[in-house]
Amino acid sequence: MSESAIEIINLTKRFDDITAVDNLSLEIGWGELFGILGPNGAGKSTAINVLSTLLEPTDGSATIDGYDVVFDPDNIRKVIGVCPQEPAFYPHLTGEENITLMGEMHLVPKDVLRERVKTLVEKIGMEDHIKRRAKTYSGGMIRRVSMLMALISDPKIALLDEPTVAMDPKSRHAVWDFIRELKTQGKAIILTTHYMEEAQELCDRVAIIDEGQLIELGTPTGLMEKHHAKNLEEVFLKLTGKKLREEF
Amino acid sequence: MNLRRILALTKKDIKKTTREPAVLFLLLVFPIVLTFVFGLAFGGIGGGGTTSFEVGVLNLDTTGPQTEWANAFVDNLTHSDVFVVHNFEDNATGQAALLQGNLDAFIVLPEGFGDSIESYYGAPFDSSSWTNSSIGLYVDSGSLMAVSAVPPLVQEVLMNTIFGSDNIAIGLPIEIETPALVQSSDLSQFDFMAPGLFAFAAIFLTMIVSQSMTYERDEGLLKRLRTTPVSSSEYMISQTLSNMLIAVVQVALVLASAFAIGYRPSTGPAGIAFAFLISLAFSLVAVGFGLIAATVSKSADVATGISFVFIMPQMFFGTFMPLGGVTEALAKFMPSKYITDALTTLFLRGAPVTSTIIWFDFAVVSTIGIILIIVGIALFERFGSK
Repeated sequence: MSESAIEIINLTKRFDDITAVDNLSLEIGWGELFGILGPNGAGKSTAINVLSTLLEPTDGSATIDGYDVVFDPDNIRKVIGVCPQEPAFYPHLTGEENITLMGEMHLVPKDVLRERVKTLVEKIGMEDHIKRRAKTYSGGMIRRVSMLMALISDPKIALLDEPTVAMDPKSRHAVWDFIRELKTQGKAIILTTHYMEEAQELCDRVAIIDEGQLIELGTPTGLMEKHHAKNLEEVFLKLTGKKLREEF
Repeated sequence: MNLRRILALTKKDIKKTTREPAVLFLLLVFPIVLTFVFGLAFGGIGGGGTTSFEVGVLNLDTTGPQTEWANAFVDNLTHSDVFVVHNFEDNATGQAALLQGNLDAFIVLPEGFGDSIESYYGAPFDSSSWTNSSIGLYVDSGSLMAVSAVPPLVQEVLMNTIFGSDNIAIGLPIEIETPALVQSSDLSQFDFMAPGLFAFAAIFLTMIVSQSMTYERDEGLLKRLRTTPVSSSEYMISQTLSNMLIAVVQVALVLASAFAIGYRPSTGPAGIAFAFLISLAFSLVAVGFGLIAATVSKSADVATGISFVFIMPQMFFGTFMPLGGVTEALAKFMPSKYITDALTTLFLRGAPVTSTIIWFDFAVVSTIGIILIIVGIALFERFGSK
């Protein structure tokens, strides 16, 4: 196991003349739950996509468990679990089949896989619906299944891109408990979110990025003290302003 | 490369197919419906017997001493296994029945028909003394089979009438045997079309593959899979395997449906096995075209339209559509033409599976299939998967 779970050094990603991620450097340790916050179009999802090996950086480097995202993507894919912003699932398969398929891709032993699906499904309260076709699910149920699809392989590193969007408060709290439990297992977790109370509640450290650049980094409490704010949302608004922006 | 991943993805594709009613219809129900409809329309149902033509007869040679020749001709027509004879009293009614499609042919026996035959017998070697007359034969131009088969069959009945069943007693050093005519009269039009049904059914795999690939790309499923250890080759092999499996089921369904309506191909189990084999090879062609269509399509809807660019020429130039001239030349570039040719050779002509020509057809289909798969994968990987 490498010293840092994730190491990002001067990472830049450009799309033609748009710089989505600009010279970003971060280091995330094992057992750390790290939040990436930023307004729409700040470059959060682009950063996650580079770490997921879906995009190659334009400049700089990133390593996951010691493997370089450009030169060693195959090894990275063995240790990560990615929950994408838009939940991608097979609507004609049941929730259970969607989750199991991802486990098969990671070659999780069949008996372990069966047991793990059962346990995880219970943890997020989906046991009554998991044998239904996914196309019949509500938005919140799809999000929960999508998260289990990312975590069924028991990855060392979880990249969760806005996993609780469109969830009701009850489901969201169930997912929060689940994420906290992952952290206790020593996994490194990156969480992007627009919910500041979620970041404040869960994250050990947060990075606030805007226009692709890192503008603040620290613990939620530390940032609140530093910026004399009552909560993380105030910090966020102070740093990023209130102007509306579009997502990349 | 890992077999477990390939099988899991193949299983996923099969589930996707079987649980989507529209896809299930196109891939599995469509071949059955197609076979039954074609069997019904082109004479396969209850087939295996003799094809018959509805023929109208207007006998104008009803007066005079030689009327028995005309009656004998009508009797011979009636007692042949090929014609169902309807007598008409006037020309206009018979022509109207032909125009309305109620008849395949309309025959007018002229006044003096019997006299012509008698004049022949009076001086068989002096044609200048014969009393000539012409039988009016009108054939339904909308029926390809009637146009090609009725005139020689009527000619045969005429010869039987003049010379008897041991006809053509004129001694000639050369004679033309007529087994082809006799045999083909035992086949229905469906027998000629059935080999083309196999390619026809499998052609639509192209559309399903292109729709499936664009859907998985657009919905982020390909991206999601690319964050797991599954490789592109494992994914593409699973796509190919699942579609090969569907092709096997399609062949089985077309065969079973055709058998159910009385179709009996002139081949044995080895020939049937060959049909499965060449259909598997053809499924590679369909998957390859599907990948190319997916590469250039921006969405699943567009993929449907683009797929028809590949489907239509295969369908029209390579299955059971009549060809000639330029289309015959174009057909040589259609993989579907080779599977149809091979199955026609086996199922219709009854050639053995050791025939060189069918293995040549198999080699052509397989080679084109492998090339298309490689090109399709390369294009999709390079331009279509993101």
